[in-house]
Amino acid sequence: MEGCVATELRLGLPGTDNVRNKKRPLQEADEECGANGKSDAQDETAPPAKSQIVGWPPIRSYRKKNIQAKKNDSEGPGIYIKVGMDGAPYLRKIDLKVYSGYPDLLQALENMFKFTIGKYSEREGYKGSDYAPTYEDKDGDWMLVGDDPWEMFITSCKRLRIMKGSEARGLGCG
Amino acid sequence: MHKKMAFSFPDEVLEHVFSFIQSDKDRNAVSMVCKSWYEIERWCRRKVFVGNCYAVSPKMVIRRFPEFRSIELKGKPHFADFNLVPDGWGGYVSPWIEEMAGAYPWLEEIRLKRMVVTDESLELIAKSFKNFKVLVLSSCEGFSTDGLAVIAASCKNLKELDLRDCEVDDLSAHWLSHFPETYTSLVSLNISCLGSDEASFSALERLVGRCTNLKTLQLNRAVPLDKIANILRHAPQLVEFGTGTYTADVRPDVYSDLAGVFSSCKELKSLSGFWDVVPDYLPAIYPVCSKLTSLNLSYATIQSPDLIKLVSHCPNLQRLLVLDYIEDSGLEVLASSCKDLQELRVFPSDPFGAEPNVSLTEQGLVAVSLGCPKLQSVLYFCRRMSNEALVTIARNRPNFTRFRLCIIEPKTADYLTLEPLDVGFGAIVQYCKDLKRLSLSGLLTDRVFEYIGTYAKKLEMLSVAFAGDSDLGLHHVLSGCESLRKLEIRDCPFGDKALLANAAKLETMRSLWMSSCAVSFAACKLLGQKMPRLNVEVIDERGPPDSRPENCPVDKLYIYRSIAGPRFDMPPFVWTMDEDSGLRLS
Repeated sequence: MEGCVATELRLGLPGTDNVRNKKRPLQEADEECGANGKSDAQDETAPPAKSQIVGWPPIRSYRKKNIQAKKNDSEGPGIYIKVGMDGAPYLRKIDLKVYSGYPDLLQALENMFKFTIGKYSEREGYKGSDYAPTYEDKDGDWMLVGDDPWEMFITSCKRLRIMKGSEARGLGCG
Repeated sequence: MHKKMAFSFPDEVLEHVFSFIQSDKDRNAVSMVCKSWYEIERWCRRKVFVGNCYAVSPKMVIRRFPEFRSIELKGKPHFADFNLVPDGWGGYVSPWIEEMAGAYPWLEEIRLKRMVVTDESLELIAKSFKNFKVLVLSSCEGFSTDGLAVIAASCKNLKELDLRDCEVDDLSAHWLSHFPETYTSLVSLNISCLGSDEASFSALERLVGRCTNLKTLQLNRAVPLDKIANILRHAPQLVEFGTGTYTADVRPDVYSDLAGVFSSCKELKSLSGFWDVVPDYLPAIYPVCSKLTSLNLSYATIQSPDLIKLVSHCPNLQRLLVLDYIEDSGLEVLASSCKDLQELRVFPSDPFGAEPNVSLTEQGLVAVSLGCPKLQSVLYFCRRMSNEALVTIARNRPNFTRFRLCIIEPKTADYLTLEPLDVGFGAIVQYCKDLKRLSLSGLLTDRVFEYIGTYAKKLEMLSVAFAGDSDLGLHHVLSGCESLRKLEIRDCPFGDKALLANAAKLETMRSLWMSSCAVSFAACKLLGQKMPRLNVEVIDERGPPDSRPENCPVDKLYIYRSIAGPRFDMPPFVWTMDEDSGLRLS
């Protein structure tokens, strides 16, 4: 059980406890390796999980597949979006539901891509850095992160892009 | 020979009378009255039902019923659904198709359950039966979309193609295009089990458009939400509809399109599908909800409030399949809104989780049993139960005919008293006098089997897991349950004594399955020797049972009555105990 925990991929952001294991076959107990983040501590001493009994509970395999897909998304549907940064070689993926608000999100982005975002103001956008976090909304428009109320933002955000350089500065000025 | 009243009718008259008798049980009874009735009946039987494909051979069936038009065959034991039957066990339909193809070309309907079907067999069906109309494959496997393409291309009179819960090798979605442009006879199409990401929507739309008699259409998950409106527009006459994935970005134009098209489906009585539901799109189906009698939301991972809203719009619901996200609160609403409910199935959303993820307990079932006077069939997964609740449920609802309760953790006791649940299930069998099917779970002693043997006189199928203390338990069931046809047992301490003492009973049943129990190899051999009309099959992937001491328990045991003798298509891990040497090695 310990070896399992040690070698699992941590797809959560550095510095967080978010552990989500996406590529685990259903038969291995999800609860053993702490897919339910809250039961991490208990799992070290958890008894062999039900899922190790073949054919129990009596559920057809096509139903199990459906459940597996849902489990990968963790408790309840997450809002997964891609995040890119100008100049970065590949994109990242985050679950917007995990963050409490803009400061939380921006902090996470700073950690993820190792940059500093400036201070946000409604009038001037993100002042004091070469970066501006932007997002593509449901209408396909690129907007500055932070203008809308958080709840509205997370339902309309389709992807994030951290703009850099002159483009970014352009957004900041009216 | 006494010439009684029965013989004064000419054969044609009797045949005409028999034509009104459709059920197999009645037909079988008719055929036993006398020799001449047997003869007349066998020539005019049009539908043959074979509950176990190994109980009789294809030749025997064809010899006895020379003019049947429809055949239904079942193959693997029920526990195959839960991966307890290893791959390659059997249940092959090809010998049947080959015999029937040769015998006569006028077969119209084939219905198979838990059988292995190959593309070759599908091709043979397509080639051999010119008036072929109905193909229903339920929980079958072994074929691909190539086989389906041949059926589509060749069966000009095909009315029904139903692939419920099959495992199909999805090579290409283009098999649908093999239905010729001139083909218009489709009445029922169920492709919900197919994967196939590149779905051939235009072919599907054209097919639906030209088949104006289409009544049932169940799409697969690959069909996106925004395509549904187009498809439904071509088929407003549908009675049963299964959506594909019910998710999309929330867009007002897609929504109003969908709501509009559902409004025009005036005949719709049954809805299913609903993979990946986005709750915002659910109100689109409200126009049809008041007429719905059947709703399958068992793939819809939506929460209780959305489920409650939906269910409240469906007062005429008779059948509901749902995930436990509905919770006790949702079931209470169901109990007050849906007074016509006859069947309820609640599936677990997180069966392998250590902790309950939803608030669904025995209370939900109690509520429904109280509020729904017509409820007769239940499948319920939950995590706790009490004798008190079960007794209440039994008293509320003595009209149960099917009661399947699965308490997720094996051997879970009554959560209030920590006692076994014997008394609770005892109440079920005592009050529900017409109970035909029962599945047990939780902590159970031999006592529950005593109740079952005493009271469950109409019980035909019993499923048992992790229950009982001794052979006495099994003995109660085998000696008491007069109507028992199928018994399936796993992980129970039942051994040789009860089995051997009730050997004769086994000939009155279709089959007995026992896995991870305590039946010895010696007992299996003895049973096989003494009972020539039973096939006693030992399934053991550890190797030949005679490589271990005789008193070693076998891994799995499948016993069924048969007039065809032992089968010869067994894989290396199945051995038949017969009367000769007692062991036949593959």
